[in-house]
Amino acid sequence: MSSILMHAPALVIALPLLAAFVTPILGRFNRKTISWLASFTLGLTLLLTIFIAKQVLTNGPIVYVFGGTEIGLTLPFGYSMPIRIIFQIDAMGIFMGLITAVVAFLAAIYSISYMEQHTGLDKYYTLLLLLATSMFGMELTGDIFNFFVFFEIASISSVALVAFRSTISGEPAEAGLKYMVVSSISALMVLFAIGLFYGQYDALNIATIASVMQFTQLDKIALILLVTVLSMKAGSVPMHMWTPDAYSEAPAAITMVLVAASQASLYALFRITFSLYNVTLNTITVGWIIIILGVLSMFIGVTMAIIQSDIKRLMAYHAISQTGYMLLGVGVGLAVLTNPAALESYGIKAMEGGIFHIMNHAMYKGLLFLTAGSLFYRTGTRDLNRMGGLAHNMAYTATFFIIGAAAIAGIPPFNGFASKLIIYESVYQFNPLLSIIAMLVSILTLASFVKVFHSAFLGPQLEHYKSVQEVPKSMVLAMATLACIIVFFGLFPELIVKHIVHPAVMALIDQARYTATILGGI
Amino acid sequence: MHIGLLETGSGYWNALIWVITAVIIGIGVLWLRNKGQENYKKNTDQTKPFLSGNPEVSKEDSHVGASHIYWGFTEALKKYYEPLVKLHTGNINDYSGWIVLMMAIIFIIVGVS
Amino acid sequence: MIGNFPFVTVIILIGLGIYSLLFKKNLIKIAIGLTLIESGVNLFLIALGFRKEAVAPIYTQAPEGVKMVLPTPQALCLTSIVIGVATTALVLSIVMIIYQRYGTINTDEIRRLRG
Repeated sequence: MSSILMHAPALVIALPLLAAFVTPILGRFNRKTISWLASFTLGLTLLLTIFIAKQVLTNGPIVYVFGGTEIGLTLPFGYSMPIRIIFQIDAMGIFMGLITAVVAFLAAIYSISYMEQHTGLDKYYTLLLLLATSMFGMELTGDIFNFFVFFEIASISSVALVAFRSTISGEPAEAGLKYMVVSSISALMVLFAIGLFYGQYDALNIATIASVMQFTQLDKIALILLVTVLSMKAGSVPMHMWTPDAYSEAPAAITMVLVAASQASLYALFRITFSLYNVTLNTITVGWIIIILGVLSMFIGVTMAIIQSDIKRLMAYHAISQTGYMLLGVGVGLAVLTNPAALESYGIKAMEGGIFHIMNHAMYKGLLFLTAGSLFYRTGTRDLNRMGGLAHNMAYTATFFIIGAAAIAGIPPFNGFASKLIIYESVYQFNPLLSIIAMLVSILTLASFVKVFHSAFLGPQLEHYKSVQEVPKSMVLAMATLACIIVFFGLFPELIVKHIVHPAVMALIDQARYTATILGGI
Repeated sequence: MHIGLLETGSGYWNALIWVITAVIIGIGVLWLRNKGQENYKKNTDQTKPFLSGNPEVSKEDSHVGASHIYWGFTEALKKYYEPLVKLHTGNINDYSGWIVLMMAIIFIIVGVS
Repeated sequence: MIGNFPFVTVIILIGLGIYSLLFKKNLIKIAIGLTLIESGVNLFLIALGFRKEAVAPIYTQAPEGVKMVLPTPQALCLTSIVIGVATTALVLSIVMIIYQRYGTINTDEIRRLRG
């Protein structure tokens, strides 16, 4: 048993990938079983991820060499640089992996009922499993070209999923096309940057490149390309316009996974700036670029959200605005990276806030998108103007929506408050104005969710929604799980911050440890 | 109390104490509410909302639609919203344009520093 | 100077691709723009591994004492080509669906999702 679990990092990729291609074959014989197969596989993957997380957090980073004679042997035959594809899992990578695993598993559970009426389910689950695989790959890999491959798989499968409902109307195809064009540009720019690294350093392993990084002119160009396209994929203003299109047209469960996928790009942005470049780059300039992108995203995202009348579009703009908090928190950490005193007094805290917010955001934004999906499932519309009084019929959905809305608006005791409080208080020491903007954005967030709650759930029961019922059990189960996670994180935030978030932040900051994991020494 | 104590950079946050306080305040509010008058006349005008003597609008007609909420807010910030909404053209060429523009801006900032 | 020629071509190809993404209104031309950028990047990778008067890096087939080109960029390039085919196919099929539903492939008219 333990010998199989030694290969857990490979299995996390292999299991969903295998299931992705078993699904269409199985679908030929029995349509019903494929949704259960997908849920089962993703549940197994979640267990594996938890197992790896436990190992990483107790014993330090894990290295998995593909095709080698030994799993941990990074430098065979006395080479000075690794030649094989290596998975390098540290606390930050597995932190993102946990989010992905939870989100993908719950998306599969939710889809059991939500997608039941649709045709082409085998393709749907194949794409969902492929998307999960590629997100794990992006988060766990230590090889930059391998990252590119998973990045492209993520784009292709998520585009196909966004356009999945284009058999009914043209809008999903339009959203898919827009997403495809921007993600193709970004993937090609990532590949160009990889070419620049390879041309200079003859290496594709992130740790190896980091150890010999000179920050030449070409490295600067690579940095510019990577920062731009990865922050675009994370959905930061002013490159955010694909986000509301894609998020609103995708099926609800997929939107939840797309949020996690854009956070995988955000993770890559942090990985590149912290682990690859670290102090060689001008941390103050790049830190401020990320901070300004974050502040713009927060403010423009939330003000655009207030005026929306499509429920999922509104939530998509909030996803942009919440991404701003993460960029702000981690950007402050990057800006003070070369200043040990400031890093110690508030930089690490700001990063903890930003990183903790990634996890919180995946949970409550996932929950909100699922409630929006439940409303769509029962009413057949996403237009808030046509909804009203649905709390009479859908009590569970209304309750879950309140929990999610309170969490995103930063109302205690839910999890959004804990991470936002860390961000406010630590960023205030860096620059008070940024902290004040962040609080203002939080108030506007609450305002726009009051709008959604009022127009969808409150008011008298409408005539044409008299027969609306509560959503099926699997959808309630997925939403209830997320709601429980939110409440738990809100009541015991220090457990999460101390045991999961803090190690992740230290793994980002400590570049020497990252390179030493592969190259030895220290 | 050590459980639930989160260090936030400048201070501390404890959700459990917050919940306990909220429950205590809630009980207090309920207690105050229960001390109110009980000898009012039911099913008369005393139980209806008072709108300056005007008749009460029925619940069905008084529901405000989503597009009308925050009308004053958007109207006051018209100068901010009009150009902002105009920027979101939905045209795929502009989407690529923003990426190239941002790349150029970041190129200049990083190049100069 | 002449050795930099491939890189100049790379810049021209990527520039042309970006030009067509920004200014061409036809969706098929946008798809062509994406392929142009992709070809530029692929050419860049191949040009990195080029060595003068060298042969293909097949150990068993190469004659003694002859230089070989670097195989890794070629492997990267092959992967990128395969992914590029998938991307192009997906873009073109989505364009096809859009044409069925909207009756046009002009980007100025394909903007029901905005604001």
